[in-house]
Amino acid sequence: MPSLPDMTTPNLSELAGKALAESGHVTVPAPDAGQEQFSEWLQRMGDNALILGHRASEWCGHAPALEEDIALANQALDLIGQCQLWLGLAAEVEAKGGDADRLAYLRDAGAFRNLLLVELPNGDFGMTLMRQFLFDAFHHTLLLALKTSSDSRVADIAAKAEKEVAYHLERSADLVIRLGDGTAESHNRMQAALTKLWSYTGEMFADDAVDQAMADAGIAPLPSTLKAAWEKTVTAVLDEATLVPPASAWQHGITGSGGGKKGVHTEHLGYILAEMQFLQRAYPGARW
Amino acid sequence: MYAQLVKSEGSKSRDEMTPEEIAFQERIDRGEKIEPKEWMPEGYRKTLIRQIGQHAHSEIVGQLPEGNWITRAPTLERKAILLAKVQDEAGHGLYLYCAAETLGVSRDELLEKLHSGNMKYSSIFNYPTLTWADMGAVGWLVDGAAIMNQVPLQRTSYGPYSRAMIRICKEESFHQRQGYDIMMKMCSGTPEQKAMAQDAMNRFWYPALMMFGPSDKDSVHSAQSMAWKIKINTNDELRQKFVDQTVPQAEYLGLTIPDPDLKWNEEKGGYDFSEPDWSEFFAVIAGNGPCNEERLGARVKAWEDGAWFRDGLMAHATKAEERRRSARHAAE
Amino acid sequence: MPSEWPLWEIFIRGQHGLNHRHVGSLHAPDAEMAIRHARDVYTRRNEGVSIWVVKANDITASAPSEKGPLFDPSNSKVYRHPTFYDIPDEVGHM
Repeated sequence: MPSLPDMTTPNLSELAGKALAESGHVTVPAPDAGQEQFSEWLQRMGDNALILGHRASEWCGHAPALEEDIALANQALDLIGQCQLWLGLAAEVEAKGGDADRLAYLRDAGAFRNLLLVELPNGDFGMTLMRQFLFDAFHHTLLLALKTSSDSRVADIAAKAEKEVAYHLERSADLVIRLGDGTAESHNRMQAALTKLWSYTGEMFADDAVDQAMADAGIAPLPSTLKAAWEKTVTAVLDEATLVPPASAWQHGITGSGGGKKGVHTEHLGYILAEMQFLQRAYPGARW
Repeated sequence: MYAQLVKSEGSKSRDEMTPEEIAFQERIDRGEKIEPKEWMPEGYRKTLIRQIGQHAHSEIVGQLPEGNWITRAPTLERKAILLAKVQDEAGHGLYLYCAAETLGVSRDELLEKLHSGNMKYSSIFNYPTLTWADMGAVGWLVDGAAIMNQVPLQRTSYGPYSRAMIRICKEESFHQRQGYDIMMKMCSGTPEQKAMAQDAMNRFWYPALMMFGPSDKDSVHSAQSMAWKIKINTNDELRQKFVDQTVPQAEYLGLTIPDPDLKWNEEKGGYDFSEPDWSEFFAVIAGNGPCNEERLGARVKAWEDGAWFRDGLMAHATKAEERRRSARHAAE
Repeated sequence: MPSEWPLWEIFIRGQHGLNHRHVGSLHAPDAEMAIRHARDVYTRRNEGVSIWVVKANDITASAPSEKGPLFDPSNSKVYRHPTFYDIPDEVGHM
């Protein structure tokens, strides 16, 4: 087994715990005041899972080998399941009626809160895997920290999802290493994917007012506090894969008005939703 | 069925058989399973490769018409169910390719034959899935027809094939039900949904009947395959059983089967029904169905686009093994 | 140059099972990936807690034609089976 930096060492939990402790509060936010931001944050969690799961499911029937087809579908199923939990809770917190499906199928692109990274087109299988790896490393670190969330509903979802995502990360990290080492062609494809996607990794760690409110309430860590652990994982894997991230890269979604967390997406999300929401939009009120 | 028009080799009378062939036939008659590497007539081996290979191809091409709708499924739960089902089909293809491989042919060889058009897959997957109701119709009618054939095949004489079918039948138990569940929702929904369901029924009824293949009651190929227990029932038996089972299910949904001549025949204890248009069937098998090009094209593209990935991983495994070996060597 | 991933035989011990049982085969470039594929392919329904993988080529099987000589002799050693011995009912369970 390639040697991954051990993601379950106390170091990381410590780090996450520290992030929470530093924020100083461990109380559930008062109803009303924080609830809108809480729901917004839950939608970020749910939308990342939904859109990445959707992208992964596009490979079903088209992957390079049957074994990979099946593995990727498992991952997509995990993510859809997580999305149901996060968006279900978001709908509950919002208390505007409806459920996860309402949020998934009846919001327009501007109301989606996923990172730009997860909505990018799949590209070749290497691009899909590299995106998965970069996100998994972030996702796993985040979920580990969320297991000690002050909100027990969040902690419960995180505990379930963390187990699934630990496996996603093991798989995607291993494949990145193997393909980086494999043939000249596989190396070049993985390097090209890394170079392209690197510009979309910064958004994962950019804090905003919602993040700050969640951190203040002890619900979630500030994203910026997760960066060190992410970098450690990513650097170790990329080193072993002999892949090199760009020395400096423009980071989308941080400066200016753009960014998935703010609801200003790439053009790609609109097409995803046009496909995904078609039935709900064409037959309003129908039950399926 | 998933393996339609499989030509059987052999068909010898007892007098023409060698002592080995007679002993082999007796084992099968006693209900013994034949295992890989045991002696078997060449015709048995070749027929099985064709049949299992075709069955495997049907599973993976069969991912495509339903895979079409994964990204358009109307609820998160429906999306998960459909994805799990289509994933199962990939798994079933995998089990079947492995069963075929025990007969001395590789998966790559089988895929090459699929891609070059030298091996077929079931005609049903060359029909388009145009609406969400088609997901219901495919699960209910297409999986229903497939199960009709697969359940008896669990008793087939070739051990690895039999074991694969047992696993497949176990996993498929939810496939037909989820299809019928979709149909129930559609039929109790809005008038538009109901119309969609009837339209799906109209388009899939005859193609589903074709899945069993043309009448084979006088076919020597079928007789040989049945003697070898790699085919358990005739095409007509299974088709009749399917119609008898499906009619009351359609009635429950309030759907009309698109066959004005369908009626109960008390004497035979089953329904009389119209034959599908067999000229259409042969046209689809010959490559002229509505989606043949798209289906095969999608498989070929997936295979070719994935070559660098498969080769890259193999190259890494080989290099890693060499590195381990030289490290061991250095340590000694 | 393209070479097919080798074939692996997969053995899984289930939640309540004592032994690893052969469940099927799959293709993978090496043992580690075979284990991962086995998890994805053969434990989709929570079937297993432990996985063994063996390269199909590394399995040596008894020759089917030797079935007689290999297995028949033990058929005659009926004294190895508990039902060979008659224990009076009064003795109770043994």
